[in-house]
Amino acid sequence: MIAFPLDIAIVALGGALGGVGRVWLSERVTRRLGDRFPWGTLVVNVSGAAAIGLIAGWLHGGGGHAGEEAVLRLALIAGFVGSYTTVSSFSLQTHALIRAGDWRAAGANVVASVGLSLAAAAAGFLLVSRLAGGAP
Amino acid sequence: MTGASPIPYLPVALGSAIGAVARYAVSLAMLSGPGSGLPWGTFAVNVAGSFLIGFLAALMAGGGRFHASDARRQFLLAGFCGGFTTFSIFSLELLFFIVQDAYLSAFVYLGLSIPAWLLAVAIGYGAGERLSRRA
Repeated sequence: MIAFPLDIAIVALGGALGGVGRVWLSERVTRRLGDRFPWGTLVVNVSGAAAIGLIAGWLHGGGGHAGEEAVLRLALIAGFVGSYTTVSSFSLQTHALIRAGDWRAAGANVVASVGLSLAAAAAGFLLVSRLAGGAP
Repeated sequence: MTGASPIPYLPVALGSAIGAVARYAVSLAMLSGPGSGLPWGTFAVNVAGSFLIGFLAALMAGGGRFHASDARRQFLLAGFCGGFTTFSIFSLELLFFIVQDAYLSAFVYLGLSIPAWLLAVAIGYGAGERLSRRA
């Protein structure tokens, strides 16, 4: 375990970077694909799920020493990727689609977000735990 | 692109840092909380964050009583609410249930989460709207 207040500092730093990355990428995607459908949040959440799968697979496969592992868990999972992805924007945007009467887009957003994020997390996890498992 | 106002990244960074630390604190507190094996810490932050973003977005909407600057909006919405809630940890928890063949837990966690988030944002939005309109 990383002691207080170092754990807070690590989570805060990772969280700040993750949040900036989310807003930056989401803005880029929205400019390119428009804002009729929340593509930005979808891209952020799916890519973040792939990243957390990779990190969790690596930790699961025994990557890193115990001390490193605790730091990486805080910095990358609780901090960076945790903050990079978002449920609040997903909820707000799905709610906006429902309010606009666009139930099809709202449903598509829910199904795509959950389905693709789960698939991306599984792909990342399996890829790295296979690789790590094959190593001596 | 010209014309679009630049995003104030400092408020986003600050809000996300505070949001992430608040989520971390809730997850620590929930370790000794209710059992039954579901990830209640993540569930709680995602429901609370959905309520909050709906409430704040409606409250600070243009034409209402609480119109806020762009920096303040970014700090609260994209920053705090965004950093506080998490789709990736939710996905990982769901994946772990499936990997462990705990399909019922996966089904219950998913089936509780999505309706709870959407209900929370709707209730928050409605409350924010009423407060914003009140003369």
